[in-house]
Amino acid sequence: MAGGSSSSSSSFSTAPAPSLVDSLFQRSLDDLIKALRSQPAGAEPSLLSRAVAEIRREIRSPDPDTKAVALQKLTYLSSLHGLDASWAAFHALELLPSPSPLHKRLAYVAASLSFHPSTTDVLPLSTHQLRKDLSPSSPPPFSSLALHLLSLSASPDLALHLAPDLLPLLSPRSSPSSPLRPKAAAAALRTLSVCPDVAPLLFKPLVDCLSSPDLRVVSAAVGAFAELASSGDPTPYLPLAPEFYRVLAESGSNWILIKLLKIFTRLAPLEPRLAARLVDPLCDLLRRSSAQSLVFECVRTVFSGLPDHDRAVRLAVDKVREFLASADDPNLRYLGLRALSMLGPRHSWAVEESREAVIRSLADPDPNIRREALHLIMVMVFDSNVVEISVLLVNYAMKSDPIFANELLDAVLTTCRRNVYELIVDFDWYVSLLGEMARNPHCTRGEEIERQIVDIGLRVRDARPELVRVARGLLIDPALLGNPFLCRILSAAAWVSGEYVEFSRNPLELVEALLQPRTSLLPPLVRAVYIQAVFKVLAFCFSTYIDQLEISQLSSLGNSTTGGASSIVESNTAAAASCIADGIAGMESTDGIATVGPLSENDEVEVHGRARNLLGLIHMLREILTWKTEEQGFIKDNRIGEIVNLLQSMFSEELGPVSVNAQNRVPVPEGLVLEENLADLAWTLTEDDTAPSMSISFSLRSHQHGKTKDAAASSVRSASLLAEHRKRHGLYYLPTEKDETESNDYPRANDPLLPASQGDVPEDLVKLTKQSLIPRKVKHTKPRPVVIKLDEGDGVSTFPSTTVKESKDDLLSGAIHDALLGEGKPSSSQKRYSDKSSRGRVKDIADTGESVSQSKENLESGNREHRSSGSKSKHRGHGKERHRSPQKNEEKEEKNHRNSARSSHHHERHKHRPRGEALLNVAPRAPVIQHFLL
Amino acid sequence: MIHFVVLISRQGKVRLTKWYSPYSQKERTKVIRELSGMILARGPKLCNFVEWKGYKVVYRRYASLYFCMCIDADDNELEILEIIHHFVEILDRYFGSVCELDLIFNFHKAYYILDEILIAGELQEPSKKTVARLIAAQDALVETAKEQASSISNMIAQATK
Repeated sequence: MAGGSSSSSSSFSTAPAPSLVDSLFQRSLDDLIKALRSQPAGAEPSLLSRAVAEIRREIRSPDPDTKAVALQKLTYLSSLHGLDASWAAFHALELLPSPSPLHKRLAYVAASLSFHPSTTDVLPLSTHQLRKDLSPSSPPPFSSLALHLLSLSASPDLALHLAPDLLPLLSPRSSPSSPLRPKAAAAALRTLSVCPDVAPLLFKPLVDCLSSPDLRVVSAAVGAFAELASSGDPTPYLPLAPEFYRVLAESGSNWILIKLLKIFTRLAPLEPRLAARLVDPLCDLLRRSSAQSLVFECVRTVFSGLPDHDRAVRLAVDKVREFLASADDPNLRYLGLRALSMLGPRHSWAVEESREAVIRSLADPDPNIRREALHLIMVMVFDSNVVEISVLLVNYAMKSDPIFANELLDAVLTTCRRNVYELIVDFDWYVSLLGEMARNPHCTRGEEIERQIVDIGLRVRDARPELVRVARGLLIDPALLGNPFLCRILSAAAWVSGEYVEFSRNPLELVEALLQPRTSLLPPLVRAVYIQAVFKVLAFCFSTYIDQLEISQLSSLGNSTTGGASSIVESNTAAAASCIADGIAGMESTDGIATVGPLSENDEVEVHGRARNLLGLIHMLREILTWKTEEQGFIKDNRIGEIVNLLQSMFSEELGPVSVNAQNRVPVPEGLVLEENLADLAWTLTEDDTAPSMSISFSLRSHQHGKTKDAAASSVRSASLLAEHRKRHGLYYLPTEKDETESNDYPRANDPLLPASQGDVPEDLVKLTKQSLIPRKVKHTKPRPVVIKLDEGDGVSTFPSTTVKESKDDLLSGAIHDALLGEGKPSSSQKRYSDKSSRGRVKDIADTGESVSQSKENLESGNREHRSSGSKSKHRGHGKERHRSPQKNEEKEEKNHRNSARSSHHHERHKHRPRGEALLNVAPRAPVIQHFLL
Repeated sequence: MIHFVVLISRQGKVRLTKWYSPYSQKERTKVIRELSGMILARGPKLCNFVEWKGYKVVYRRYASLYFCMCIDADDNELEILEIIHHFVEILDRYFGSVCELDLIFNFHKAYYILDEILIAGELQEPSKKTVARLIAAQDALVETAKEQASSISNMIAQATK
């Protein structure tokens, strides 16, 4: 007994045993809270650790009061200050059996806040105490505490052991208005969901709760079933549908109704007859209820459960429009949008009706509402309206705040990319849209746009001319170069204009754009792509120039027909060639060499190497030009022919997309052992080698953002270059009268061209589109170009939409299924449950023992009979509806039949009704729904 | 179902937490940090729902306190708002125009009240009167126990004098 002298030794094992002093001078929870509140901000951690040390000592005290206060303090610290309390689980257990209600309550609260079903290892030790407190002889407040703890921290073992103890609490024999029964129902739900094995035991009492006169019990039971039905497969609960329906008709409590509707949302799609029966009460609720929560639940049920019932859908859509129109309640606007997105594309008319409200919501002050509206709009995109919607969104992105602008761009990009651009018909339009997106001042989606530009270039041959045009527009604009988010796009543009230079109208202009002084702002790897593009463009110009000369020579010899062929490309190249003749020497000696020259000493290897290549080419070209002036007959020179061939062969081979599965198709060479252990080679692997490959690999390098290191070095030189460059492209620059010292003061990259009226954004937005959101047939003026797709694996990776069901849910619904259908039990147990519950009667179990089991041979005839009797009773019950749409009923019958055929294993276990009324209705019924529903 | 209930003050201080689904202490701290960042940043006159990791968090501000409840995606948000209001009304009735300090110093009572309203993440008691009655009964039980204890200790103390 070392006394409480050393508060620093806080470790559990070494903490000294508490002394009487500790008990006498223990700080109460109030003291602790006051100390924490009066503490300066920075000192909290030290205070907390001191408090925990104190608690660790006090909690081991043999005095229950001291222990309880320590536990209380720990509970406070753990739940509000996030301190770990799992070490004290045993001490909480120690206090559980205390006879004092005060201590017991504290102990239970502490336990329910700190116990974790899977990590608290002392949990099994609580079984006995819980059982004791659950027993009917203990006072109700104690049982209530135990139920709480059980519902929060039930592990499968605990659930299995304590499930029988829940039975007396669940049964109506316990005092009629006991507050414990609803709690027991909730605890039973938790027990069921952690341990499906107890389903046979607990399911029946839970079903009985539905017919209790006490609304709280019904509410708890309905809540439990709602939870069970929505967390797993709802099929096993279908036999209870009549019971739920009865509660729906009788109950006036909104709390219960909401939960019931949740169940029906899950059940209605499984059973068309149930859906038909639900239409009337739902419409009634929709019309009359004043509680928005209930109305919204009805809307949700109609939209996701009964989308085939036009009357209900119509009414629900009207309610949603009211929601959307409520100007003062953002909650209703949000929920209205959500509800609309539950309706599938089949009901796109509903969205169309509220188009204005939806589009207006894109400008809502609440980002969540905007996002929801965007989501809804993107669901409505089809190939017929993708153009209008994308243009609308991209235009709107110009005006909205940066975060949402990028969400808009994202939405457009991902939607259009879907399934290898399946929505896009007009690629010229899409490519120019990509260019527009790049010019959005907030655009941070450079990588995706880069990927798509290159991807379209590779896949869609017909889009290349437009792609080159768009790329030119991007490259030539010096204002874009300063934006770090755009350099990826520029790199793609440079690559495209180099690779498909044959579509360019003016290759020389491209060279100038690619070598303009402000390219020094680009990261080195993008510059490398730029220089490579220059190389390709020059090589192309050179070879066309030579071709041109050849042609002109030939034509001067008299063969005029060849030279006269005047396709656009040829005239273009002719122009380019003559351009070269005029300006190649000048251009290269000034702009080209001057810009590239310093780069050949760049410390970035990529830039360095490519700049060297380019300079080599230029020097070679120069020589050729001098040959040209000296001698006309140089064409015959073999060396030039060789060079032309070489250059052509270098870039003529077209790059294509590479399949993800390409590697699999490569046959394994003989003698190669793939299983050989490569561990010895680990040191040769760098990080780059192990980087995951993209689904499509290009010949492009991966580019990284970075600062240009040579920017400062070349700033002096570039100032003069800049002046010259500006003179030539005055269009893109500020007036030159400005002070020369501010020469780097370009218009800010992507300065937003904001419209004058920012105020009435929603009105603008609505005006932006007069087009409809619903798909309609549009005649396309030109056919969709061919998009190269490689194989199944291509593009599919963008859809990771497989839903994986938890095995536990399946287990549970399976167990409930068994509990309901009585597999492996006395054959009639299922009937017993549902019959009894449907009539709200408690029957003795033995009573049904003599029920005759139906043989499998009867199944066929039974089915047929059921069909006829089913339709007959429908005539009776639903004559009105039948008159309205007899054909529909026929269809329904068809469906029913299919349905019952599908679930024929239900039939196999199905039995005759054991009781009197069964005799009136001898034909074996469809097992899934009780007869009166038909 | 409700996965957890968290009360956060405008300054980001946690005033009450109750977890109906199993979360480890680390996860709890992380969840609270993330949510308070998201919710406290939202201005007034926005909707009361936040999407968070496939769940929805319904929150409502009363004076300086944010009452937040996390629910499944297919649960009814408006119903949860009503539950929150229900809880606040009961607190109000119990403490007599409740304020943040009441919750700070009567930390356990707030839990007892919450436990009478929600069990296993479901609403169990929609009647304010009943909750008030149950809590009063429990308090009375505890009070008598306390009195007994103190009187015994008094007797002992006097006897040992």
